Amino acid sequence: MFELNAQSLTFAVFSILTLGGGAGVVYSRNLIHSALYLIVSLFGVSGLFILLSAPFLAAVQVLVYIGAIAILIIFAVMLTQSMTQMRAILNRQAWLSALVMGLMFVLLVVAVIWPVFGTGGSRADIPVSDMVATTRDLGVALVDGNQYVLPFEVASLLLTAAMIGAIVIARDEDPK
Amino acid sequence: MDCINNLSGCLTSGGLNPALSQFISILLGVVMVTLFPLIIVIFLIWVERKIAARIQDRLGPNRVGPFGLLQSVADAVKLITKEDITPIGADRVVYNIAPILSVVSVLLIWAVIPFTPLHIGVDLEIGVLYFLAVASLATLGIMMAGWSSNNKYALLGAFRSVAQLVSYEVPLVMSLLVPIMLAGTMGMQDIVNAQRGMWFIVSAPISAFLFFIASQAETGRGPFDLLEAESELVAGFNIEYSGMKFGLFFAGEFVHVLTNALLLATLFAGGWVGPFVDQVPLLGIVYLSVKSAVFYLASLLLRNTVPRVRIDQLMNFNWKFLVPVSIANLVVMAFLLKLVQTFGLSPAPDRANDFIANIPQAVILLAGNIALGFVILTYVRNHGRRERLAMETSQSAGQERERIRHMGAVGD
Repeated sequence: MFELNAQSLTFAVFSILTLGGGAGVVYSRNLIHSALYLIVSLFGVSGLFILLSAPFLAAVQVLVYIGAIAILIIFAVMLTQSMTQMRAILNRQAWLSALVMGLMFVLLVVAVIWPVFGTGGSRADIPVSDMVATTRDLGVALVDGNQYVLPFEVASLLLTAAMIGAIVIARDEDPK
Repeated sequence: MDCINNLSGCLTSGGLNPALSQFISILLGVVMVTLFPLIIVIFLIWVERKIAARIQDRLGPNRVGPFGLLQSVADAVKLITKEDITPIGADRVVYNIAPILSVVSVLLIWAVIPFTPLHIGVDLEIGVLYFLAVASLATLGIMMAGWSSNNKYALLGAFRSVAQLVSYEVPLVMSLLVPIMLAGTMGMQDIVNAQRGMWFIVSAPISAFLFFIASQAETGRGPFDLLEAESELVAGFNIEYSGMKFGLFFAGEFVHVLTNALLLATLFAGGWVGPFVDQVPLLGIVYLSVKSAVFYLASLLLRNTVPRVRIDQLMNFNWKFLVPVSIANLVVMAFLLKLVQTFGLSPAPDRANDFIANIPQAVILLAGNIALGFVILTYVRNHGRRERLAMETSQSAGQERERIRHMGAVGD
């Protein structure tokens, strides 16, 4: 099942980037470094998307998460005080959170990954190109009445509402 | 000739292992695509300095080599031999990664630019999206440079440039949607192929114009160079960098300008499309170079002839003018394109490369563009007139107040 080839090596590299970046986010005492480690982690995830033959998702991952959201996070971090030496313990139930997250991860593995790769056997024999859709399929799926047009529109409505809400909150109280 | 068009096949027929010859051809391609921009930038700096000098009625570099051609080589040698200084308070790792990131983000774009019908780094299905994703990494490099330098001017410059780059990405993306729509694909090679009959700059001039302006802002050039406003910020985000690290930022910016010209030529002016390009694919490089040279010179002219804008003007121009115009342009183009397709005026698939067959669609889209441009210009003119009137009224009121105050002072 597991063999050493270019694909598994690439997978290893991107996994190390993702997990190492994640660990860096948690362990770094410098908030800016945390944000930069987050970018490394997100970059690893986009590499994993490419390995899964989903180049569109990979590009969107870089464009949206690294190009926009990570930059916003860095902006926000720069506006906080004492961002370089975090000594305060902000979460006193850290162990409880860790326990809950660990349980959720186990649940994810058991409920999602086990049914696919466990008892039913690996699907490695099917070529990837037969399983994945093209960008065109994705585009059609988002506007097709039988597929995801309703979730798509609801999500856009939600984002618009969030944007308007942000403007309303950020606006000065105009006396005029 | 065959060896240039299909190197790995040529090597294999020469008796080499197929996998090895494939590897050699890919390696050569990667090395060439990454080295070429870094070498050409030496001459681009010369071109830019010469043109800037001529516009300002100077001679420009003319001492080193014929016509001063080797001036940039001398400058590069000087940069390399300079002391490499890292400020004491700097964040070393981040400080050293930042210039690399800002050059790499530009060089990575070259991977998807088609040079000839046969020569392209990778013909990704998502070429245009890849370009946008990679280009957004440049913002990160600037942010890292500004923060890690531990200098308030660097940080201020970085804030400015990030605000500018993130804002101008919106009209950039919106204007790129139009060629994607016209070609029906995001692959760069397919977009060029779709322009064999008619260049997109004919059917979508407003999009090309928007892309030109937005990319000018993305490079921090022309009237939008306030991220390195010398009089306010000393030098901007790269103030603490010296030697070749500064040189990397510098080279990255120059390569970015050329890259934008290349993209403009590829996405709107037909890229390598030209006569006899199917018989002799290498001609494509010549056509692409000529087309991008035109856009490159236009960018230089703009840079050297218009004054720098203020930050509020920059933001107003983007959010209150470019973004609405790009959205309106996108809606109008989508509507007209659908209309053209519904009435069967778009060229049949088998005649897509024919110039004559493309004329009806191009004319309708061009008419839509001209109408939209007329509406925009009328609105801008009225808006400008209103603002001028308001300014004159407030100015004369101010003069009146000043006069009364002055008289009062004399009366005392």
